[in-house]
Order: sequence, then structure tokens, then C-alpha cells
Amino acid sequence: MGIVSPGFHGRRRKSAAELPPGQYLTNDFPVLSAGPTPRMREDDWEFTVTTETGREHRWTWREFLDLPAETPTVDIHCVTKWSKLATEWEGVSLDALLADVETEADFALVHSYGGYTTNLPLADLVEGQAWIVHRYNGEELAPEHGGPARLLVPHLYFWKSAKWVHGIRLLTDDEPGFWESAGYHDYGDPWREQRYQGD
Amino acid sequence: MTARDTGTGYVDGNALAGPLGELFALVAMDVTAATGRCVNCGRTGPVAALAVYDRAPGMVARCPGCDHVMLRLVRTPDAAWLDLSGMVWLRVTTER
Ligand SMILES: [Zn+2]
Repeated sequence: MGIVSPGFHGRRRKSAAELPPGQYLTNDFPVLSAGPTPRMREDDWEFTVTTETGREHRWTWREFLDLPAETPTVDIHCVTKWSKLATEWEGVSLDALLADVETEADFALVHSYGGYTTNLPLADLVEGQAWIVHRYNGEELAPEHGGPARLLVPHLYFWKSAKWVHGIRLLTDDEPGFWESAGYHDYGDPWREQRYQGD
Repeated sequence: MTARDTGTGYVDGNALAGPLGELFALVAMDVTAATGRCVNCGRTGPVAALAVYDRAPGMVARCPGCDHVMLRLVRTPDAAWLDLSGMVWLRVTTER
């Protein structure tokens, strides 16, 4: 982020200079999906964190909602080249979810209802960088956008922000997820244009 | 060019060039000539009957019986990645 006064920032927001390389701006919210949309009832929803020692931490929908809520407003960047600015979400930070989790792991494999997975370093899930969100634009998160809840990791390409999130496995060794095992980058920093393996 | 080492009993991968070229050409010409078997549920059927999700970072073809991923195809600027690990086999009919 450059040092720009708030007044100028507001007007300059939509300039191409503020998008990562190769991205274009969109105002709608494209729906990308690698499979059928799971229809999860909130009563059946569960979120689990499993550590490298096999210790499980679980939250029901109710327990999840009892955690302190945050309302991040973030820019999102899809590897298919669209970017959307200042999207408004509500959810729980991973810092809150991981507060009582003891781990020495360096990596995380996020898994979703429906079988989707994605990997990222654990360091990218903490310190205010990631949330499990259940509301978008002031409304319940729609199933096609990952409802009842999805991961939100806006500083990485949006395929890392797994829809229909079900849990996170903490791992000592990195394990590639769904797209990462078929040509996509393991880290996926949009500002360094890390789209594919080798970028 | 294929190299044959008489000591090992096998030839190197260059031997696949012709047969794989023929296979991909046949699939390209008529994808309905290809059938596959799902590694998850064992269902066998034409590739043309798979459920293909193409609004995604790659193409994902799923078994119409159990939704298991049978084929993935990712196209990058300089490569194509084909994952067939969801298929026991892919059968392509050839002309007699
Ligand atoms: Zn199947």
C-alpha cells in the first residue's frame, strides 16, 4: 500500500494501477465452481481444526456464531483475472478460531463440504489476514458463493478462499489442494502474479 | 527416438509418441468414441455424458453417477495439465 491521503484514495480506487498485474475490475460477483453446490443446513454444519498430532477442535454453527464477529472490507482477486474492490463481509477471524489450538505446524490444508481442498502456509491464516465468513453485503452468504460459510483470505488468489468450508488440517509438510495439484501455484500471491506452478 | 537397452527389457518413453498421438487424435476427432470407468463407483460410460464444470480455474469432469472427479484439465499459457486419476481406464474405439 502506498501512502495516499484518504481523499485521493477514494477517487483513485478504481484505477488499473491499484489492481494486481493482469487483473481487470468487475462490479458483479462471478460464480466459479468445480462441482455441484453443496446444500448444507446450518444445524448440520460443523467446523473442525485438526492439528498435526490429531487433536480435533470443533464448532457447531451456534458455537461459531458465539465467537466475536468482525466485518472486513477487502479487495478480492480471482485467478481467472477479475478483481472486485471493497467487498463487505462478516465472520470470525482465524485468530479467534485458532486461539486455543496448540500446534507446531507450518502448513494448512483447508477442506470443504463437497470435497474441495486448498493449501496455504498457516502464517497466512493468522494475524488478521483470514476469516470464516457467513455474511456478504449485509446478507446471509448465498450457497453459490459458499454459504453457509466460506474461508476469506483476500491477500491470495480467491481459489484459496474455499467455499463451503468444513475444516482445516494443520500439517508439518505442505500438501497440495485441488487446483494446486493440477498446475496452479502453491502460494498464489496476486501481486506477484503467482497463477501457475513455476510462476 | 526410442532407445532400447537390451539389459533392462524395456524401451524408453519415446515409444509412446505414436500410440499416444493416435489416441489424442481420435479423442479430438470424436470425443463420443471415448468411454471411461469411474475410480470411485465403477460406473462406465461415455466421456460425453460426464458433468463438466467449466466456470472454474480449469475444466472439471465429474461422474454422472457419484459426482467423483474423473478428469481435470488445466490450461496455462505454456502447458496443459491432464489429470485422469479419477478414471480406472479410458477406452477409445479405433476403426477396424
Ligand atoms: Zn462414480
